[in-house]
Amino acid sequence: MAVIRDMMPAFELFQPTSVDEALDVLERHDNTWVLAGGLDSMDWFKDRIKRPDVVVELGSVSELTGIRASGDGLEIGAMTSLRDVVANEDVRSRFGLLADAAAQVATPQIRNQGTLGGNLIQDTRCWYYRGGWPCYRAGGNICYAGTPRSMNREHAVTGQSRCVAVNGADTAGALVALGAQMLVRSAGGERVYEAEDFFVGPEIDIERMTVLEPGDLLTHVHIPGDWAGARFYWETARDRKSWDWALASVAAAIVESNGTIERARIAINGVAPTPVRLTDVEDLIQGMPANDDTGMAAGELATRGFKPLRHNDYKVPLARNLVRRAVRGDMA
Amino acid sequence: MSDAEITTETPTGHSRRTFIKGVIATGAVVSSSSHLFRARSLSASAAVRASMPRMISLNVNGVSRSVDVMPQETLAMTLRYKLGLTGTKLGCDRAECGACTVLIDGVSHYGCSMLTNAVRDRSVTTIEGLESADGTLHPVQQAVIDEGGFQCAFCAPGFIMSMVALTNENPEPTREETAEALSGNLCRCGDYNKILNSAMRAAEYARRMV
Repeated sequence: MAVIRDMMPAFELFQPTSVDEALDVLERHDNTWVLAGGLDSMDWFKDRIKRPDVVVELGSVSELTGIRASGDGLEIGAMTSLRDVVANEDVRSRFGLLADAAAQVATPQIRNQGTLGGNLIQDTRCWYYRGGWPCYRAGGNICYAGTPRSMNREHAVTGQSRCVAVNGADTAGALVALGAQMLVRSAGGERVYEAEDFFVGPEIDIERMTVLEPGDLLTHVHIPGDWAGARFYWETARDRKSWDWALASVAAAIVESNGTIERARIAINGVAPTPVRLTDVEDLIQGMPANDDTGMAAGELATRGFKPLRHNDYKVPLARNLVRRAVRGDMA
Repeated sequence: MSDAEITTETPTGHSRRTFIKGVIATGAVVSSSSHLFRARSLSASAAVRASMPRMISLNVNGVSRSVDVMPQETLAMTLRYKLGLTGTKLGCDRAECGACTVLIDGVSHYGCSMLTNAVRDRSVTTIEGLESADGTLHPVQQAVIDEGGFQCAFCAPGFIMSMVALTNENPEPTREETAEALSGNLCRCGDYNKILNSAMRAAEYARRMV
């Protein structure tokens, strides 16, 4: 595939200053692409795998940036940089789970430019798909990663459908565990989704990672106060300490009283096409002591029914142990 | 005799480097004007025109410079091939290696993965802008020289920009914090120990100056 990769193909660039203006541009044009931090987008453009005619760069839309109090929680603009999320005092003191997850995304330069919204809606890392292979997700008629001889060490161990790619967003699991809501706007109005419903698997739409359709903008993330100050646990297991996605990650918010788990909300990511909320585990551990036995039981239940592919069975004990550690309350 | 004089004489005012830069500048003009015509035919069919001026003003190293920029042009491309600031390197061009690291409003970014049009109203600092007007090196540059921090040094400008961002934000970094701050830059020679030594010395020099 001999292509010149040093300069991106031409596109028309719009830099709106308001959400209304951005939605207007998106409605008037076909084959559009919304650019947030742009770090992933530009790889797609340079590789000629995605070829938008119109790019809408949101860096000038000030209403999408910033973190402010909202009720007893926080509202974070989708264009807020990961750096600002990590540095924010309210996020750190009350919702440290999100700060911990955001702080481990990629590299300093990427966190300085990459946005919370962009991290959440990032496309999957399946390299067959990213390499431009005409798979189901790319509109084709085959999955290259799911065959017995595929290289699928990083792919899904549960929730597979025709596509076996995983969600790689580090902040996604944290926001599911915090019970966040996603605010989406389109020309038709505003919609609100629970974080766990925001991400969609291939059985719903094989070409998308989230509910967002062309013409939709994720504008804000709302974190309710429900889990403020809970015991948080975030851990990502990855090949490299920097610039890497999770092979599996766990995000947990646990409220204890007298050593007993009062309520918990736990999500794992990197193991399925969407972040997976472990509602069964949450029910199981309620009222149980936060110790290793409870952790073991939680880990077993969390990974029950996992169906590894040819090269990723290691992810089953990995996810099991991550959940175990989250529940028993290791220091991350 | 006169032949020998001619062959040994160095042409004055034309180094290999300035010649190459001249060729680059000419090439840039040719390719950008061919794009101009293409852009015109594209936008004629669009319902709304992207009202993006081609000539934009860019604040680089404290100087406001006027430059002709394509919509899809990255900052690293503009710096290197339009403004001749070739200190900013392109390694992977994929936001992975960090050779293109520049500071935008004092914060480190990958120049290869941001549109030049997105930094119009912001202040860009490249490796060329670090030394002071009288030629005194930035404490980070001096520390790198004193420590002999790099082998081939292709990655040096990017590392140095990350070190500058670090010393600005954290005057007394630990070695671990330094490693974390430089984790967005790669050195193919594997000189990480010497680079960390340089960064620690840089922080020391910077503290002494304040």
